[in-house]
Amino acid sequence: MASTTLQEHEVAHHFDDLEQEFESQKFGMWLFMASEIMMFGALLVGGLFLLYLHPDAFAESRPHLDWRLGALNTFFLLTGGFTMARAAGFAQQREQGKVRTNLILSLLLACGFLVVKTIEYKAKFHHGLLPGHAFHGEGFTSLHAHIFFGYYFVATGLHALHVLIGMGLMIWCLKVSKRVQFTRDYYTPVEFAGMYWALVDLVWVFLFPLLYLVG
Amino acid sequence: MTAHVHDNINYLKTSKGLKSWLTTVDHKRIGLMYLASILVFFITGGLYALLFRLELWTPNKDFLSVDQYNNFFTMHGVIMVFLVVVPGIPGALGNFVLPLQIGAKDLAFPKLNLTSLYLYWLGAILAVISLLAGHADSGWTFYAPYSLSKNPAVMWMLTAAFLLGFSSILTGLNFIVTIHKMRAPGMTWFRMPLFIWALYATAIMQVFATPVLGITLILMLVENFFHIGIFDPALGGDPILMQHFFWFYSHPAVYIIVVPAFGIASELIATFSKKEIFGYKFIAFSSVAITVIGFLVWGHHMFVAGQSEVADTIFSFLTFFTAIPSAIKVFNWTTTLYKGSIELRTPMLYGLQVLFNFTIGGLTGIILAILSVDIHLHDTYFVVSHFHYVAMGTTMIAFIGGIHYWWPKMTGRMYNEVVGKFASLLVFVGFNTVFFPQLIMGSQGSPRRYYHYLPDFQIFHQISTIGIIILAVGLFTALINLLMSLRRAPDAPQNPWGARTLEWEFAETPPVLFNFKETPVVTHGPYEFAKEGA
Ligand SMILES: [Cu+2]
Repeated sequence: MASTTLQEHEVAHHFDDLEQEFESQKFGMWLFMASEIMMFGALLVGGLFLLYLHPDAFAESRPHLDWRLGALNTFFLLTGGFTMARAAGFAQQREQGKVRTNLILSLLLACGFLVVKTIEYKAKFHHGLLPGHAFHGEGFTSLHAHIFFGYYFVATGLHALHVLIGMGLMIWCLKVSKRVQFTRDYYTPVEFAGMYWALVDLVWVFLFPLLYLVG
Repeated sequence: MTAHVHDNINYLKTSKGLKSWLTTVDHKRIGLMYLASILVFFITGGLYALLFRLELWTPNKDFLSVDQYNNFFTMHGVIMVFLVVVPGIPGALGNFVLPLQIGAKDLAFPKLNLTSLYLYWLGAILAVISLLAGHADSGWTFYAPYSLSKNPAVMWMLTAAFLLGFSSILTGLNFIVTIHKMRAPGMTWFRMPLFIWALYATAIMQVFATPVLGITLILMLVENFFHIGIFDPALGGDPILMQHFFWFYSHPAVYIIVVPAFGIASELIATFSKKEIFGYKFIAFSSVAITVIGFLVWGHHMFVAGQSEVADTIFSFLTFFTAIPSAIKVFNWTTTLYKGSIELRTPMLYGLQVLFNFTIGGLTGIILAILSVDIHLHDTYFVVSHFHYVAMGTTMIAFIGGIHYWWPKMTGRMYNEVVGKFASLLVFVGFNTVFFPQLIMGSQGSPRRYYHYLPDFQIFHQISTIGIIILAVGLFTALINLLMSLRRAPDAPQNPWGARTLEWEFAETPPVLFNFKETPVVTHGPYEFAKEGA
């Protein structure tokens, strides 16, 4: 259903052709992802180190996280990854309508993730399971439970920020899809948003067991 | 594609006014804006150094309070590291030269490039806010738990460093993609100038190491605000973990600082010896080798921090390996000079200084990598001097040499050669007068960062302080010499040095908006000079 009102994408002045432009941008996106992975990698190493330093705090705190909610969120994110991949596939086949449907589905799944996250955060606040001096959870014998919850909020907060950025990219794709015809040679925005979502998924796949399952 | 009439005019004249500069996506203009900003901060950081060196004229108080002294060396360190030497050569010279040297119209992502510059400026503004918010006194390493004591000036500094890191990542990303995807026809990997290889290795470190600094700074900010207890021992955290994170970035950062300088030195030494550089591939790969090894040696900063002996031994051993690629460069440059037709122009004088200073900077690094010796030398002036032989004596000297080398291409003007040479001589004498005495007093155990010191060391401090005055005079002479040339009409020929790289052979002086009137086709290597009398 390639509508005639859509324009073709124009190559930027400093590139020779579409292929060079696409390849460059995709390579750039990979490097950016690598950089993000290094950042989250360090954060995860930090988490593992804290687990090693205070195993008692982790063991005592983990039951306060609901693994079923965590699993539900894992489902939301991974399904979102699937719909994003479908969107990129349809974009290459010039199926602008199906691209949009899949983008909207992904957006809804991402919203689902954030809703669950909010519910979880609320429960933590309610029970005083907070970082540092704000911590006033009851019935803990470990002296360092505040570190677990501090780490929990930093790690999931930073991840949630990336969920928001990923949603921003999806909305951007929706906007572009109304203006420019995606083709086999030009579907860069959808490809990027999909890659970014894969990163969001990847980070979660490590955070989920570290916080909800181990210890 | 639409060709505009003004595409073929020199890039400085295509459009006018402040707005045309602030919104430009031309890598050449962005490079010049980096250059101007970096020089401003270089002068600022230098003035801090001048002031606390004057304070150290006697062992007791002269005119700075203890607080001011701590603040001044912190500001000197933070400004020089994060605002000058890390972004310096890639931001200013790399931006200007990289697309020209590989025959591209621009970097792969021109808008992203402008974003990097704006992030740099934003970081700089935060650093200035920190200055107004009080006394940042943590040293540039921000060690916990002292840096977690809610000092607003330190917190602004942490945020500034985060933004500057982000800027650095984006620049690195842009460079890597450009080098991979935008080379002109015939520009094979082994026809790339060595400056490009150096920028490439640097960019890899920028992209892969800086994010670890990013998360460290985020965690430290969170720690300051919410007291999570990750790094704070009072809350059950581990300050050594912070040091691991910090040095995982900051050791590669030393190579982010110095590898681009190697690139410039290679250009200068080859061009002014008019000789094919000796061991091109060895130099190219040694940059990459330094990058790889550089990721595995961070623990050598923590030999006395309670790291396990096994870790100490491994880190010490791996650190020795960095000597190999470094020595390869020094040997190859020296061999290039041998029987070359050496022309002692101003840029070359800086190139030779790099060779001299880096030999000292590198060898003192090996001495510090030896475990038993490091326990004695750790946190003494020996370390300060070693670091400055690398960051100032190698990087800044190469930077200044590079500015003199590419100045005609950037501005279309030649500077006064006699004044330029005289200034470079002052810089050489001044720099070594500052830092050589520090090696000696450090080896005798004089600790760094101290406000009061033993009277026995006064003579070394005084020589050092005299040195910084000579150095300052030299640097200002060089700067004024460059700026004076702007008052004259453009007079620089296209290729004043007889270099063989694209920016000199193909691009006009100054280059046109999209660098080349037509895409260059490369048919020879970067240093294929005709053999004389052969
Ligand atoms: Cu190091």
